Formats: sequence, C-alpha cells, structure tokens
Amino acid sequence: MKPAVLIFVGLLLILHQDYWQWENDQLIFGAFPYALVYHMGISLAAAVSWLLATRFWWPEHLDRSSDAERERGAS
Amino acid sequence: MIQLWMIIGYLALLLGLGFAASRFFRGTATDYMLASHTIGPVLLLMSLFGTTMTAFALVGSTGAAYRAGIGVYGELASASGIVHSLCFFVIGLPLWAVGRRHGYTTQIQFFRDRLQSDLLGLLLFPILVLLVVSYLLVGIVGGGAVVNSITAGAFESSGWFATAGHGVPSWLASAVICGVVLLYVFFGGMRGTAWANAFQTAVFMVLGLVTFVTIANALGGTDRFLENLQIATQAAESSHLTMTKMPRAVFFSFLFIPLSVAMFPHVFQHWLTARSAQSFKLPIIMHPVFIMIVWMPCVLLGVWATGESSGVPAALDGMGPEKFNKVLPTLVKLHAGEVLGGLLSAGILAAIMSSLDSQFLCLGTMFTEDVVRHYGGRERYSDAQVVRLARYFVVGMVALTYLLSLMLPGSVFTLGLWSFSGFTGLVPLVFAAVYWRRLTAAGAVASVITTVGCWTALFIRSFIRSDIKPYTFPEQPFPVAGIVSIPKMLPVVTIFAAAAAALVVVSLLTPRPDQKTLGKFFSS
Repeated sequence: MKPAVLIFVGLLLILHQDYWQWENDQLIFGAFPYALVYHMGISLAAAVSWLLATRFWWPEHLDRSSDAERERGAS
Repeated sequence: MIQLWMIIGYLALLLGLGFAASRFFRGTATDYMLASHTIGPVLLLMSLFGTTMTAFALVGSTGAAYRAGIGVYGELASASGIVHSLCFFVIGLPLWAVGRRHGYTTQIQFFRDRLQSDLLGLLLFPILVLLVVSYLLVGIVGGGAVVNSITAGAFESSGWFATAGHGVPSWLASAVICGVVLLYVFFGGMRGTAWANAFQTAVFMVLGLVTFVTIANALGGTDRFLENLQIATQAAESSHLTMTKMPRAVFFSFLFIPLSVAMFPHVFQHWLTARSAQSFKLPIIMHPVFIMIVWMPCVLLGVWATGESSGVPAALDGMGPEKFNKVLPTLVKLHAGEVLGGLLSAGILAAIMSSLDSQFLCLGTMFTEDVVRHYGGRERYSDAQVVRLARYFVVGMVALTYLLSLMLPGSVFTLGLWSFSGFTGLVPLVFAAVYWRRLTAAGAVASVITTVGCWTALFIRSFIRSDIKPYTFPEQPFPVAGIVSIPKMLPVVTIFAAAAAALVVVSLLTPRPDQKTLGKFFSS
C-alpha cells in the first residue's frame, strides 16, 4: 500500500470529525442542514480520493498476475 | 390492495430473474459459488453495493435520523464512503489476488492456509455463521416490518389479520421474502445473485429518489420543488437539524462500524467473482457516491418525519422501539399514492433482499467448502453433490433464522450495530494476515477468542444496562491516571482494540511462522 493513500484517507478521516461545527444550524438554500451538506462533500471528496488512488497508486503487479492467470487458463 | 399486488408482482419478477440466471449455470461448484470469476466492473459495483446496503441502510437510517437527527449521515454514510472503499482497496484486492492464485472460495480456506491452523478454521466457522445469521435477522425483521406497515388496512373489508392492523402480518411477509430469495439463490447461485443484486440496486436507487421527491412535494404542498424542500425541513424538530443529538465520542466510534465490511463472508465471495483486478476500480471509486445517493434522501426523510405536519409522530405514538423501523413505510403510506406506494415498497424490499441473497449463498458455500469438503475430502464429493449440499444447508439456516426473527422485535439499527461490531472485531486478523509476516496462528486464535469474549460480555451487559441508549462502553467516562478521561463510546471500539492487542501480544510471544508458508503469501 502506498503512503499517499494513507495520507489521503487520514486527511478525510480528520475532516470527517467536524466537532467545530457541531451546533451549526445554518440551512443551505433554506432546505439542507449545513452538517448534511458538509458530509455529502466528504462523500464526494472520498470518491475523488479513490479516483486518484486507482489512477496513480494502483498495485500494477495484480493486473500482471491476473493476465498471467488468464493466459494459463486459455492455454 | 394495489400495493400488495405490486409487491407480489415484484417478487415474481425476481423469481423469473433467478430462473433465467439458472439457464447459464455451468453445473460446477465454482460456477454456483463464484460465477466462474466472470463478473466485470459494472456488475461488481452494483452487486457489492447492493450487498452492503440493507434494511439497515434504508429502514434503519430513516428510523435513526427520526431519533437522532441529521448526524446519522456523517455517523455512517460518509464514514462508510471512506472506509468501505478503503477495505476494497487494502483488503479486497490482495485477497482477490491470493484467492485466485490458490483457488480459495471462502475466508476460512485463506486463514487455514495462511496460518497453517485447522483450529482457527474450526473456531471461525461457527462465529462467522452466527454473525451472518444476526446480520440476516436485520433484513428479515426489516422486510417484515415494511410490508406490514405498507399493507396496513388492505384486508379491512374481509376482517383478516386484525391484530396486524389488517395488513400482511410481519411473520408472513418475512416468510414470503425468505422464500423468494431462497428460490432464486437456490436455482441461480452466484450468477443469479449478482444479476438480482444489480437489478435490485438499480430499482432501490431510482425509487429511493422518486420517494424523496414525492414525499417532499406532498409535505410542501406547492408547485415548486425547492420551496417544498424548505417547508419540509423547516417543519422538522430544530434539534434534528444539527449534530447536537450526537455525542462526539460516539460519533467517532462509529468510524469502526464500516470496517466490518472487510470481514463479511458474503463480500469476500463477491470479491472473488471479479474477472480481473481492474474490475475493482469502479466499485472503489463509485461506492461513496452511491452511498450518498441512497443515504441522503433517507436521512432527510427521517428528519422531516419528526415534524408534526408529516403525521408520523401521531401515527407512531405509543409504540415501542419497533416504531423506528416503521418511520419510512409510514411516510410512504401517508404521503405517496397507492401505485407509487406499491412501487416504493418494492424498492425498499429490493434493498433488503439484495443483501439477503448473498448472505444465504455464503452460508451454503462456507458449509460445503469449510466443513464438508475440508473434512470429507475434496475428491469424495462430485460438483453436483456439493451444490446440492450447499442448497440444503442454506434452507436449514434460513428456516432457523426465520424462527429466530419471530422472537426478536428489536430495532433494526441496534441489531445491525451488534452484528457489525462482531465482524469489526475480526478485522485486525484479516489485516494482519495480509500485511504482517510476524502474525502467528496462536496470535490469530487469541484475537478471535478475545473478540468473542468481549462481544458476548458487552452484549449481555447491554441488556442489564437497558437504561443506556445506545449502549456505550465505558458506560461512564473513565479517568486514566487523573490526566485523561476515556469518553463513552460504542462497544465496537473496545472489541476492536482488545482483539488487536491480543493478536499483537500473543504473536510476538510465540515462535515465528514457517518461512515456506510465508513465501506463498509474501514476495521476497
């Protein structure tokens, strides 16, 4: 596992514990509670982080081993 | 009555899908249990997501938001978005690779081989089966409650089922749901399960959004959607619109609950169906977004339901803890038309059944692979006999689980938490098995025994201290050396920490594992 993945996940987990806005009762567009919108942002940030992880820190050796396995199966 | 017919129609459709999948069955045990490793990225995304979203996600989240407010989304949905994908990436991928290389079908096969310990397999089998059964109960209880609430009053003219509000009684609804899922798993195996999961995931995601829009419009009562959202939110209890109902330390400890996915036997089985490592990319990226699409509407609906104008507080007045399971179906019944109500109930059932099927199948797989073939000999049974035995075991376990569900009227959310806590206690084991060369069989056994001991003690204690809701451990802040104080947290933190400590300490105190075995699992 690459350290960059751990750094991203660690950062997301810290941002997830949003104690500083516990009592924030602001409504976004008068309809969406602030805490809900913030945590939806965390969900989207997680998806972007995983996109980066699969793009730049993917364990390529697993692809090679599964290719080799497929070839073995075909032969 | 229309709703009842729509539910029946949906169940018939699922049966048809299971039978269609059975036409592709290749007759081998690998095909029945792992769909011959042919599942690509889209089907893997849909089936993994459908499997992890249960009654806990739909019925449970709405009920929990009704009780504790908007914080429920952060507590589980955004946390799961981070942690589930982390588990797929960090645990799922390596296990898929090792499973393909050595031909594993179950987690126990991996652990037995990795730690050269038959005892560990013997210990894990009943524990995993019991935890899966407790997880199954979440779906069966939730499904019965939904159908009962939605169909209430359908039999008023005939006078049937008066004690169940003239709706289909929960016990009957649960039995029919079990029967339908059992049939398509029975005939379709893993392929039928993956197809049904993908179909049901699409159904519950689309219908969930339709429910959200329909109920928002009904609660608002104007022609403008945004205005309706504003009216619905502003009518809710103000304390439910902030995180104040959520104790901070309990919120933190909820981060441990989604870790459980790393030890779900049915998720392991789905991982192994992947055609290639590349198939994992889409599920890893999209899982947090899919969770958001399902949970955001459910949590907001639960919060809206707290407003007197929703009619839900009056409808649920005087009920016990089971009322939290009825929040979503009551909203649907009060605010969606009959046809839409029927469709939406089918959507809720879709989410519930898309987990039940994988859990049923994994029970059969574990029994045949970890008990029958392991102790009886791999060559002794033909593939046809193995598939037949898997089917019989599943039928037996489902019947037993169904009977248990009749004695268990608790909240789906609480029930789910205890099941997930047990699985999370086993996560240090799987993580160490993948990444730590120094892990020994004794360390693994000690970790499993510690998990069981802690889980049982705290579970029993939660009944004694029924005044603490949700049950926390420590039950009161616990001072350490007069400097810091350990706050009240979910029991899962204690279970996880104790299991990890036992694993590390006992592994370090016992002789190093055999180099030849390590060579099978770690590159030099």
